[in-house]
Amino acid sequence: MTVVQPLKGDAPTKSASADGGDIAINCNVSKIYYGSFLAVRDARVAIHKGKITGFIGPSGCGKSTVLRSLNRMNDLIQGFRLEGDVHFLGQDIYAKNIDPVVVRRYIGMVFQQPNPFAMSIYDNVAFGLRLNKFKGNYDERVEHALRRAALWDEVKDKLKASGLSLSGGQQQRLCIARAVATEPTVLLMDEPCSALDPIATRRVEELMLELKDDYTIALVTHNMQQATRVADITAFFGVDISKGGRTGYLVEMGETEQIFQRPREQLTQEYVSGKFS
Amino acid sequence: MTDTTAPQLPTDTEEAPVLTHSWADRRALRNGMFTIGAWLVALIAAIPLVSVLYMLIVQGGSRLSTDLFTELPPAGFEMGGGFGNAIVGTILMVLIASIIAVPIGVMAAAYLAELGPESQLGRVSRFLSKVLTGFPSILAGVFVYAVLVLAMGTYSAIAGGVALSILMLPTVVLTAEEAMKMVPRKMKDAALGMGCTRTQMIWKVVFPTALPGILTGVMLGVARVAGESAPLLFTALFSNYWISNLREPTASLSILIYNFSSMPFDNQIELAWAASLVLVLIVLVFNILSRLFGRPKY
Repeated sequence: MTVVQPLKGDAPTKSASADGGDIAINCNVSKIYYGSFLAVRDARVAIHKGKITGFIGPSGCGKSTVLRSLNRMNDLIQGFRLEGDVHFLGQDIYAKNIDPVVVRRYIGMVFQQPNPFAMSIYDNVAFGLRLNKFKGNYDERVEHALRRAALWDEVKDKLKASGLSLSGGQQQRLCIARAVATEPTVLLMDEPCSALDPIATRRVEELMLELKDDYTIALVTHNMQQATRVADITAFFGVDISKGGRTGYLVEMGETEQIFQRPREQLTQEYVSGKFS
Repeated sequence: MTDTTAPQLPTDTEEAPVLTHSWADRRALRNGMFTIGAWLVALIAAIPLVSVLYMLIVQGGSRLSTDLFTELPPAGFEMGGGFGNAIVGTILMVLIASIIAVPIGVMAAAYLAELGPESQLGRVSRFLSKVLTGFPSILAGVFVYAVLVLAMGTYSAIAGGVALSILMLPTVVLTAEEAMKMVPRKMKDAALGMGCTRTQMIWKVVFPTALPGILTGVMLGVARVAGESAPLLFTALFSNYWISNLREPTASLSILIYNFSSMPFDNQIELAWAASLVLVLIVLVFNILSRLFGRPKY
């Protein structure tokens, strides 16, 4: 199994049309349950290749739940059950014969809290390469990943230092470097800036804009300004409390500019104008 | 609108507040008494350990020489001698116990911490481990006597090591489980998000991160069993000679101390003191080593 992809900068991938249009992940979720609790319904989201898709919405609207179902991270939660399908480059990742572990190697993830391993900076970035038994120049790949994550200049003299010794913003960029080292096809980012200060947030946002040339990114954010700054396409999720529980659903999705300037739905209008959050 | 209802803050008054320390204040007095009380209790708790160490150094220190490590135990009225064979025997049996208990204990801990923390099997084995920590050590000896010594037809270092491993196992399991649970959830999520299987997550992330804690558990286990004599009485017995293979009665420091301390000869009693000191030093060295190797690297 050769999961580690060639460097994207060096060898541009074939035209997008070869594998079914410009959609990387076609998420067609009708229901997500945790036990008997209906967490999300009717979330049909298409993640376009080479673009940043932002998920926004109030707390409890299921945006993180939907994001985590795109690389089957939710499988780790007891009682998780999904109705519908999620197609990644034409394959249903919830089909019976799919190994979720392999799915996660193609669809990387950056978490809310920076979570480097208790290893050196170098080993953190090389982790995914070693995991995939990459045969090639490790130093080159590690440097490339750290440069991609705009962290190289800050850490090049202390690659042997602990990943945990870095500041919060550096740790998050290290996690991004770790995720991009294996050149995944899609990068899922679950509120990557919520634990960072404004300056670190700005750096990570700039980084996302640079990365979208080579990667498809899905971004959950609690911060509407962040969505307007970085997302090409925005999906707005709402919460339905009519049936007693709190069930998230997709209200509308479109070009970010359209969602914020000319929303089709009343609810979106109220949310983006700050009437509730 | 109604400033009069607001509580008067000290800064509002003309008088400067009294900020100086005063024993007349009951709060300060109680705080002082409690601090002194805590000091005294801590001192009392240290008395047994310090006095044992003092006795060992005074009584055993005078006999400390290289002879102790190279000579065999003296018989009857013989003068001099040492207990080299007992040191070798103790280290050997603790080693056998570790070889058995550490892999089993760490794997069991990985199951308890990661794979099936709330499963029926997990709950039962965690409970049994806790019961086993208080297991009377002499029963471990009797058990191994029935299972191994009778089957092999001889007392042996192997049987001694197995008996010690039974006593070591629960300590290793429970401390290693705690150490693995201390590895942050977010680190484990990161590993899984990178595409690790649960096995890879445990080997590549959980074990290395929890290593200091696991080593501490192993050392606690070693320290616990190194001084045990009861389980060895039924399994390794004793020998006055150097060990030549693992299937014969084997000397140990604890049994030597037990035997010699009740003898009517001054020479043997002095040796018993010296052996006690050496035993404590061995445990101490293991503890220091584990701290050196078990220091978190990152």
